Amino acid sequence: MLIRKPTDLRYSQVTPKQFYLNRRRFLAAGPAAIGALGLARMVQAGTKLDGVKKSSFSTTEKANSLQDITHYNNYYEFGTDKEDPSRNAYKLKTSPWTVKVEGAVDKPQTFDLDAINKMAPLEERIYRHRCVERWSMVIPWIGFPLSALLKQVGPTSKAKYVAFETFYDGKIMLRAEYAGIRFPYVEGLRMDEAMHPLTILAVGLYGETLPNQDGAPVRLVVPWKYGFKSIKSIVKIRLVEKEPPTTWNMSAPDEYGFYSNVNPERDHPRWSQAKERRIGEFSMRNTVKFNGYGDQVASLYSGMDLRKYY
Amino acid sequence: MNKVLSSRWAKPVVFLLCLTPLLLLGWGYYRQDLTANPIEYITHRTGDWIIRFLLITLSITPLRKLLHLPKLARFRRMLGLFAFFYGCLHLMTWVWLDKFFDLREMWTDVVKRRFITVGMTGFVLMIPLVITSTAGWVRRLGFEKWQKLHRLIYFSALAGVIHYYWLVKSDVRLPLMYGAILAILMGYRFGGWLADRRRHQLAAGASLKPMVK
Repeated sequence: MLIRKPTDLRYSQVTPKQFYLNRRRFLAAGPAAIGALGLARMVQAGTKLDGVKKSSFSTTEKANSLQDITHYNNYYEFGTDKEDPSRNAYKLKTSPWTVKVEGAVDKPQTFDLDAINKMAPLEERIYRHRCVERWSMVIPWIGFPLSALLKQVGPTSKAKYVAFETFYDGKIMLRAEYAGIRFPYVEGLRMDEAMHPLTILAVGLYGETLPNQDGAPVRLVVPWKYGFKSIKSIVKIRLVEKEPPTTWNMSAPDEYGFYSNVNPERDHPRWSQAKERRIGEFSMRNTVKFNGYGDQVASLYSGMDLRKYY
Repeated sequence: MNKVLSSRWAKPVVFLLCLTPLLLLGWGYYRQDLTANPIEYITHRTGDWIIRFLLITLSITPLRKLLHLPKLARFRRMLGLFAFFYGCLHLMTWVWLDKFFDLREMWTDVVKRRFITVGMTGFVLMIPLVITSTAGWVRRLGFEKWQKLHRLIYFSALAGVIHYYWLVKSDVRLPLMYGAILAILMGYRFGGWLADRRRHQLAAGASLKPMVK
């Protein structure tokens, strides 16, 4: 007689993806949703992206599961608990979507999603992602270098920094007073950081368009900086002459600097950054300077005191 | 209600209720349903229950008086001990799963990170209360002394709230809520103390013998 142990299948392995990405919403919708089954309305994420090239910038480390990447998110606009965004981000309407690029450029432009997806050949970039909260993941992003977009608009000589802004709508998102940070969320990079080939605009992960909770439809990914620099759901990009304000820096300047490069030698005032927990692992790993991308990016900061410019 | 509270089943039932958070964590772990970062989840949930049990323990006396349910006092010790029990679990997740018994790292954190300093203080303050929680110790110390010592729980609860407030990144709604509940519970005690004092003064003013409580 064959007696099996209870199955250890997880939702992610048995449930069609568009449902488990926000299964609570599916359950809440009840019979109406069953009637609508198969209609495109329910499909928020998961349009397959074709012609994606591999990249030599990708790590060979094992990527985290889609379940982990979509159910452990910091996206405060949709709630401050890690699982809140997976429950609430379905409210975000990602189509139609435009990204306005303005400021110190020759050709200010507003791109729709179609234009963004065709801006440059899409590449898979499997990057390490290190959160300032001492956890990390490996994520197979799909995107293209931010430099491709910047070159299209033609930065002028006054363009020293790039400022980014996240979509914000108080009707579907958390109030700033509750989140404790200002909205809309803003971030910034120095021009050479923005033009660096590792810096990408991501439009997908795991072969498909981005799930909402991961910053759909288009987000920044800067793998050598703490995760909060990689701003989600971008609606505006502005090239500027002075260092732009950034959300977490405004909230706690002694804890989150403008640069926020991953740096095990510079403690967060409330915790050491020397170690991190890779999601899915039991032990802690040692954190590597620039999140292991030092060979490519350390030269951007030569001569800078990274303890001062944290 | 007092009858229900004094039933011999009441304590076992409350005991099991107090264990429920732990059982749920165990079940969730077995089901792999504790988020992508189960260790962080367990740390946070056990931490929640320390503050909650401290606040529940502190609400026994006000509820007992306001609702005229003297029998509620039977449960106070158990509830307080459960605060300590979840405190031990919370501390262990940190000592073992975060610091992996690295004494130097732990010491650095305790002296350098104020939220850990204050959290550890709150935990340490509970230890004498746990040791002297038996009837034997009440007798040995005498009730007045014992009661004075057990006022340390006020500071433990306050330390817990501050620990939580300093820990969160920006959304301080929950720590503020716990702080507000603690403020109400302490306000009740302060009000009682003021009323007592006034009664004593009146009594003294009328040149009566001070009332024996």
